[in-house]
Amino acid sequence: MILELILGTLNRALAYGTPLLLATLGEICVERAGVLNLGVEGMMMLGAFSSFVVAYVTSNPWLGILGGAIAGGLFSLIHAFSSITLRANQTVSGLALTMLGTGIAETLGRNWEGKVLSSPIKPFSEDFLSLFPPGVRTLFRDSNLLVVGSIILALVLWFFLFKTKPGLSLRSCGENPAACDALGINVWKVRYMAVFGGGVMAGLGGAYIAVAYRPAWSSGMTQGMGWLAVALTIFSFWNPLYAPLGAYLFGALFHLAFRLQVFVAPEILNSLPYLFPVVALVFVSRLAFRKKIGVPGSLGKPYERGEWE
Amino acid sequence: MLEEKNRWEEKPVEVAFNSITKRFPPDILANNQVSFEVKKGTVHALLGENGAGKTTLMNILYGLLLPDEGEIIIRGKPTKISSPREAINLGIGMVHQHFKLIPTHTVSENIVLGLTSTPFFFPAEKAEFEIKSLSEKYGLKIDPRARVWQLSAGEKQKVEILKALYRRANILILDEPTSVLTPQEAEELFATLRAMKEEGKTCIFITHKLNEVKEIADVVTVMRKGKVVSTTLSSQVSLEELARMTVGKEVISVVPRKITSDKTILQLQEVSAMGDRDFPALLNISLTVRKGEIVGVAGIAGNGQKELAEVIVGLRPVTKGHIFLEDREITNLLPRDIASSGVAYIPEDRHLGLVGEMSVAENLLLRGYSQPPFSQGFWVDWEKAEAYSEKLISNYQISPPLSDIPVRILSGGNRQRVVIARELERKPKLVIASNPTAGLDVSGVEAIHKLLIKAQEEGAGILLISGDLDELLKLSNRIVIMFRGEIVGEKEKEHWTEEDRREIGLRMGGVKR
Repeated sequence: MILELILGTLNRALAYGTPLLLATLGEICVERAGVLNLGVEGMMMLGAFSSFVVAYVTSNPWLGILGGAIAGGLFSLIHAFSSITLRANQTVSGLALTMLGTGIAETLGRNWEGKVLSSPIKPFSEDFLSLFPPGVRTLFRDSNLLVVGSIILALVLWFFLFKTKPGLSLRSCGENPAACDALGINVWKVRYMAVFGGGVMAGLGGAYIAVAYRPAWSSGMTQGMGWLAVALTIFSFWNPLYAPLGAYLFGALFHLAFRLQVFVAPEILNSLPYLFPVVALVFVSRLAFRKKIGVPGSLGKPYERGEWE
Repeated sequence: MLEEKNRWEEKPVEVAFNSITKRFPPDILANNQVSFEVKKGTVHALLGENGAGKTTLMNILYGLLLPDEGEIIIRGKPTKISSPREAINLGIGMVHQHFKLIPTHTVSENIVLGLTSTPFFFPAEKAEFEIKSLSEKYGLKIDPRARVWQLSAGEKQKVEILKALYRRANILILDEPTSVLTPQEAEELFATLRAMKEEGKTCIFITHKLNEVKEIADVVTVMRKGKVVSTTLSSQVSLEELARMTVGKEVISVVPRKITSDKTILQLQEVSAMGDRDFPALLNISLTVRKGEIVGVAGIAGNGQKELAEVIVGLRPVTKGHIFLEDREITNLLPRDIASSGVAYIPEDRHLGLVGEMSVAENLLLRGYSQPPFSQGFWVDWEKAEAYSEKLISNYQISPPLSDIPVRILSGGNRQRVVIARELERKPKLVIASNPTAGLDVSGVEAIHKLLIKAQEEGAGILLISGDLDELLKLSNRIVIMFRGEIVGEKEKEHWTEEDRREIGLRMGGVKR
């Protein structure tokens, strides 16, 4: 019974945590390259809206997912241009991206309010799940290909960042762009690609919500998940391997807030996921910690080729 | 002797500099028609004072800067090097004075970073074998899996050298490599350079230390004020000659001056302090400055001068010893308390002395805003502040004469006038001036010198720290020489002679008498 409850909670945690995981992986990729993108919420909203419209019009949810990813990626290029090329303040530019993205999605989405997708991405079928033992069945009851895909993406992103050549270049640009420049790495190109990749992943996260998790359009449907993703990036210490832990913990806390509201005031439960980043930040800011854990050394600092020293 | 010279001349030319000229706006001539040859398989020292143009020339060779005129010829071919990547492809490696390493990465990650030949998967792991064999060959012992932030400065330098060797560098540029090393580490470095030489590799070695030239270099090129003074075999030149060529032979203008009293203003007793790298930066410094006296601190940058200024004004903790201002001990007091007891500070880094976004008036008020007449309790009297700043702007000829513009838009010389106006207007007992004329043009330098002499005549004791020996000889009543955190010499004179200049130059280079 208890086990059933735990597996049931985890099942919902997987379903609810997936968009968080996708957006967090995207933000890890961006911040590892030294760019802070606070526009996650905007990119997710735009990704959600684009995917919903594409899926609705084509009746193909997978095309919708593709549309959401492309929309998120293209939209992120605004931030790339202002923060990398124009070297604008990254905080301001990211905040503007969030406002712009949610604004566009809500304005254009007015005519779509309340519409329901006839063909959303469905959870794994009973036939497929019956191939597995009962515990696994309960755990993945509400999951779909995207849920499993996002876990694989976390592993792939970790391997990419820490075990491949472009991954090494990307992390180096986040630590010391001047050194990279001196070694002939195109810092601007690396950072543009990282921001674009982050946008694609945030767009995917939004698309998952609109096409799989809750396949009906309503404005504000990302519910601030983009902001949670920014916090989760810190919580997972910029490591893709830890991102699922954080994302599913948040997912579980949201589910429990719903389940336990009979016993505990929901306001308290709802605030729990937000307390964790605060705790994480306390740890991260300690310098000794900082050396071992991966706060990118040049995070948020625009790179400019120096004149003579 | 002659035989050696012939052997040198027979060696093929690896790099030739042909009339290289480089200007920095507005009117700094960093390299002026620089021409010399570097032979293959030699260690070639590039010797000169700060600002002689050595690093600029090497940055040109490494593709970080483009020359305005002239060309670089590598192995007989005129070459245009417009980026470090092109330099690396030509077999040129550079170890910068400030390491360009990524602290959180491992040694091997740092070494393979940015190389096109690196494999896609497991780039760092696959390189470990070659890194190990390179480090054995050249005596550069280092664990490829160690993280760079855990390494000492000497070990980091080894990583930088390995980085260049891993890129098959035939020409290695080292910018003041021993400035961060302990004597033992310097010995290890020299062993590595000798091993490289035997492999037929060429090293260009920037330094100000004369005895290093004699110890490791085959050939030495001396530069002064952007020009080449001479290129000779280092075995055929004496330390005295090198010192004379490095510091030049200008006529020293003698300003008659006298010390008005014997009253001691500043006294340091056996003061020690740590540097930024957890390495002792000051060792048992004892020093006095009397009323109306200018004491010059000579030395090559990085030998403790910055730390000396900082301990006196309270910006760096004193670990041992005592500092007295007149009869009062000021050791480790708050900077504000030290300042208000009559110490003025003209810092080396002008960002430290001014707030760029704030106005000229506000910057002039930074020391006095909380005291009468500008402040009565909570409020600042802006009318008085405005009048005060108008007065200072005209007295110190700050231009443009506007008090409400942000200080960052002023030129370097005028920014320095703002600092000096603020500091000297308080009629300080003691002035600590750290390279007050660095980067200024001739008229700016003159104006600052006049202001310092005026403060001296009004009775202030002045500690003038400068990398420019000419400036010290022009202004100082007494000169102390710093080397590796210690005072290695002191001289007091009415008139400075050519002989003094030579001797001070030698001591700055670490030569003991």
